[in-house]
Amino acid sequence: MYEYLETTDDSTNLKRIVIDPVSRVEGHGKVTLLLDEDNKVKQARLHIVEFRGFEKFIQGRPYWELPVLVQRLCGICPVSHHLAAAKAIDQLVGIDPIDLTPAADKLRRLLHFGQVLQSHALHFFHLSSPDLLFGFESEISKRNVIAVLNEYPELGLQGVKLRKYGQEVIKTISGKRVHGTCAIAGGMNKSLTLAERDYLQADIDQIIEWSQGAVALIKKVHTSNLPYYDNFATIRSNYLGLIKPNGALELYHGGLRAKNDCGGTLLDHFDYCHYNDIIHEEVKSWSYMKFPYLTSLGTALGWYRVGPLARVNNCDFIDTPHAESARIEFKQHSNEAMVHSTLAFHWARLIELLHCAESIKYLLDDADILSNDLINTGERRFEGIGVIEAPRGTLLHHYQVDENDIVTKANLIVSTTSNNMGMNESVRQVAAEYLSGRELTEPLLNNLEVAIRAYDPCLSCATHAIGKMPLQLELLDAEGRLLDQLSRNSQGEFEHGA
Amino acid sequence: MSKPVLVIGYGNPSRGDDSLGPLTLDFIQRELNITNIELITDFQLQIEHALDLQDRELVLFIDASMNCGAAFDFAEIKTAKDHSYSTHAMSPAAVLSVYQSITNNLPPASFLLSIQGLNFELGEALSKPATANLQQACQFVQQLLLQANIDVWKQKLNS
Repeated sequence: MYEYLETTDDSTNLKRIVIDPVSRVEGHGKVTLLLDEDNKVKQARLHIVEFRGFEKFIQGRPYWELPVLVQRLCGICPVSHHLAAAKAIDQLVGIDPIDLTPAADKLRRLLHFGQVLQSHALHFFHLSSPDLLFGFESEISKRNVIAVLNEYPELGLQGVKLRKYGQEVIKTISGKRVHGTCAIAGGMNKSLTLAERDYLQADIDQIIEWSQGAVALIKKVHTSNLPYYDNFATIRSNYLGLIKPNGALELYHGGLRAKNDCGGTLLDHFDYCHYNDIIHEEVKSWSYMKFPYLTSLGTALGWYRVGPLARVNNCDFIDTPHAESARIEFKQHSNEAMVHSTLAFHWARLIELLHCAESIKYLLDDADILSNDLINTGERRFEGIGVIEAPRGTLLHHYQVDENDIVTKANLIVSTTSNNMGMNESVRQVAAEYLSGRELTEPLLNNLEVAIRAYDPCLSCATHAIGKMPLQLELLDAEGRLLDQLSRNSQGEFEHGA
Repeated sequence: MSKPVLVIGYGNPSRGDDSLGPLTLDFIQRELNITNIELITDFQLQIEHALDLQDRELVLFIDASMNCGAAFDFAEIKTAKDHSYSTHAMSPAAVLSVYQSITNNLPPASFLLSIQGLNFELGEALSKPATANLQQACQFVQQLLLQANIDVWKQKLNS
């Protein structure tokens, strides 16, 4: 492991490199490197400016507003926040997941599959495929979706249409692409009409076919350069996520399963309502983002990764046939019980993309999604916890309310927080194994971003006023004097010089 | 059948002045009785918005901006590979570029109305200056949409 690069013993006479912000991730993060005179890396950190004040944003609001309100925390996975909040407030009206009507349960799952499908499609085709198709150190002019569209037009168009289809699923169920209001306490507020169902059914076979093509492509990309893909940014870790009662991959509801780096089970089918008993968060002075860990293993050994790699690693099988075949191939490519390659996040993500497409087809064939039996209620409670597997990993919403239905306490653990240590370890691995001792250039530094991007982190701010996202690399001496800088303006033009 | 004019207002309604785009669309929906115009609101622009441009004659993007020199700015936009891929949010020009790449056709005539915003914090309300800017921008949008014609819009560039 590479913890030795977290904090250097002596920072005097070290040069400092800053990548700020990390590009093609949601929100704002930065990487800092400290180098000695021979360009050997002595310290590497990923710092993240997390959501600011989201608990405060939520507290004081009536609980029934939450599914709509929390969507505005994030421009990328609003549906995941919507559903996690809905699961939490179900409990406030006395409804556990098992008590939802079949129609409500299946409509929520359909919505969630649409969300994960569009999110995974965006990440692969738009944000990652330029690196994977053109190379991590390729010309910067090639590292964008437009270059992909120009050189691989059919593939690029499939990516756009996959994303669009997922958005259409969301729009059809919730009435809008964003800010929808479909999940409410105890169920859903509408079912699908026959016309809506038929509309979504019309394209689903094509979507499955394209998803299969995407899995075949990433398998080819990964296995054609296997040693590199299996080693780049790779770290050994524990893995955490939801699991179905029968051990199948689960995205919407289940117990928690955690496995160690050798595939040994650390916990299984654990009721997430008791998450406080097994997960704590460590605070480090140099990052706004906390570092969650499994309490039983402590901070040094208990950190874990979440998201597609964790889910595909942890599950015993996937209950849709094409995705299950893909999972078996994925696991067989490794000689270990668990796949630790960080770049295998991409492969696992596309296996999930295929699973979502297949699952959407099954649900569209299920008459329950047309039923108007949508709401249940039970005995009032004052605390609710909702957990969901968001595209980027396990997402937790925890609320307490008073007798006037006002939220008095909110706690959210977002997926990217759980991957904080993993991303930092991957950054340190790349810094130590691929950058240390070399003269740093922008293409070389892109390797660090490739490692972070594999996690598809959501450092969301969802604020995007034009011209706010420049990139600046600074080279400072030990006294903080600027020696050199490379900057990218809002038009994407690079300028060199102090 | 697509409506000939598309207006896309984007931004996060819970992040203070970032709501300027969606609020302008609220105004259009509430105050203007225009049947040949389609309205789309979203958090941010993405690749799939390129598909929304198909079969349009005129497109108006509306966004908050920190770089506006005035209450609002009205500009024509052309395709550009402007590297806005560096975030999950694409620029309008990049969306046009995606459109051209996937259709091999020139995109429809497109314009960007940027409304000056100052405060983009989560949970904040629209700031007072942005409220005034919104009012001016809405009056301008009303004029635009009542004469949704490329020649008329070009005459109004930066007017």
